[in-house]
Amino acid sequence: MKRLQRRSLATFWSVLFFFYVPILVLVVNSFNASKFGGAWKGFTFKWYEKLFQDRAIWQAMENTFAVAVGATLASVVLGTLAALAISRWKGRLQSAHYGLLYTHLVLPDILMGISLLLFFISVGMELSLFTVFLAHTTFCVSYVAMAVLGRLENFDGSLLEAASDLGATPWQTFWKVQFPLLLPGIVAGGLLAFTLSIDDFVITFFVNGAGSETLPVKIYGMIKRSRDLPKINALSTLMMCVTVLAVVASRMMQGRGMRPQKDASAARRPSSPAERREGQGGRVRGAAHHA
Amino acid sequence: MQSAPRTGLLRRIRHHGAELLITAPSMAWMTVFFVVPTVLVLLLAFRPTALDGGVGRGWTLQTWRTISNPNYPSIVWRTIWLSFAATALSIGIGLPCAFAMARIKAQWRSTLVGLVILPFWTSFLIRVFAWRLLLHPEGTISVFLHRTWSVFGWQFRFLAPETTLLYNSFAVLLVMVYTYLPFAILPLYAAAEKFDFSLLEAAFDLGARPWRVFWRIFVPGVRAGVVSAVMMVLIPALGSYVVPDLVGGPNSEMVGNKIYQRALPDRNLPHASALSALLMLGVLLPPGLAWLATRKRHLGATDTDVVAAMNSPSALGNSGGRRRNGVRA
Repeated sequence: MKRLQRRSLATFWSVLFFFYVPILVLVVNSFNASKFGGAWKGFTFKWYEKLFQDRAIWQAMENTFAVAVGATLASVVLGTLAALAISRWKGRLQSAHYGLLYTHLVLPDILMGISLLLFFISVGMELSLFTVFLAHTTFCVSYVAMAVLGRLENFDGSLLEAASDLGATPWQTFWKVQFPLLLPGIVAGGLLAFTLSIDDFVITFFVNGAGSETLPVKIYGMIKRSRDLPKINALSTLMMCVTVLAVVASRMMQGRGMRPQKDASAARRPSSPAERREGQGGRVRGAAHHA
Repeated sequence: MQSAPRTGLLRRIRHHGAELLITAPSMAWMTVFFVVPTVLVLLLAFRPTALDGGVGRGWTLQTWRTISNPNYPSIVWRTIWLSFAATALSIGIGLPCAFAMARIKAQWRSTLVGLVILPFWTSFLIRVFAWRLLLHPEGTISVFLHRTWSVFGWQFRFLAPETTLLYNSFAVLLVMVYTYLPFAILPLYAAAEKFDFSLLEAAFDLGARPWRVFWRIFVPGVRAGVVSAVMMVLIPALGSYVVPDLVGGPNSEMVGNKIYQRALPDRNLPHASALSALLMLGVLLPPGLAWLATRKRHLGATDTDVVAAMNSPSALGNSGGRRRNGVRA
């Protein structure tokens, strides 16, 4: 047993090494005066300076945020409705509904990209930031729906019965009882949608038109041209700082938002470790989506 | 004569009104932007190519005939072997990792999960780019391996000067494992955490060797995790585009790259559609088989399975929910 444990632990640490080295090299090279980073040629901030002078990058960043905000809002509404419908009613319609959302989650990006491209071409729609928004909303709906469904699975239905017994209208029951309890799931789904939209490359690559480049598409272009490589290092380092900060912030917020939900469902099912890590797992499936 | 069905329909609409109202928005959205485009892909594969880069009239099998020419099967074959090799490697490396993570003290486990996930919060494109930097002829790894080292006057180098690390199938496989490994580790860990490790103690007490205990007791014990890990890696691997495009060369192209080439630079939409249809088939096959496998397991379902099935949103939701939970945990 000891030996098995020692060996597996050694594998685990080497895997972590394998995970972190490329990223560390990238960060270090963003401060390296050498263009290709094979050897250390002195410390410099010049790549960061060049980065801040690049107007096109700022434009791409604006596009990225515009699409992400729009797609998040649209997909939160659509996804929450979908989850409510799927959890409340059974039957063939909801089976199909769930099947659609789920299949969409499983299919590789490139298939969604190509099918949406063909669709936009066939209906004669000009490729623009709007088509990017439509595509992003489509893939975000599935993630929001799954995040909210995860909440609804532990939802105590007797709370709704209690509300209507006490004379609340269905509308009041929803907004005063169900919605506040679902909010953490909706927020988690929204955050997931937002990060996925910001990070998406493949689908955007297929459906973006002239002047509607998002940041990942812009970075891809820079990688392909091979001219601005150190600038990408600098940009990546900055983006990493932002994502790590955002993730820490959202984890703290989620941790706060989880508590009332836990109290509500504590009587029925004690929260399992799986449940507690839900946010992380969802994010990971999200990243899988990008592959 | 006509009023009877109509009132029936009206009554049904009134009866299901709330359901239809709440279902309609997302259902309509998904139909327009997912079902219709998917059907379109399948249809376009049987249309002829017009010379101006559009789609011609009528129906033809010409595209499929072109696809079976000698160039494509080698790309399909490469896509399959690279994806399966990446899956096998990810699971082979992921299993001992999951074992180690599940054996460590409980209070450290979430930290370890965090350490596995953290690098993957950076953009996918940037992680692939990082490898391009490392493997580049002037990159850190290449410089290290190509340099002439002398130890006690004996000179050697790891690689001949003319070998390049980038732009080949090896690089594609390496980077695929790098990007997909966490998706194998997490479901495996979720399964390993529920595994009863006293079974291993029992096997050791009965005199089994470590290797045998690992493969004959631990691995079968976490097979649900293995199934979801295979899905999590194999499906995106089959649809890879970015990895072979950025670190692969002309001899390591995969189906995803061909789809892009046919659709955008070549403007041969029927061709791109046929390749996409092929990929769709390949991607939906493994989950279909897994779904059948989990359904069969339900014949011997335990109480908790039945409860889970009752609580799940729909019949289909059951296998889906199971997978989702496996991934999330």
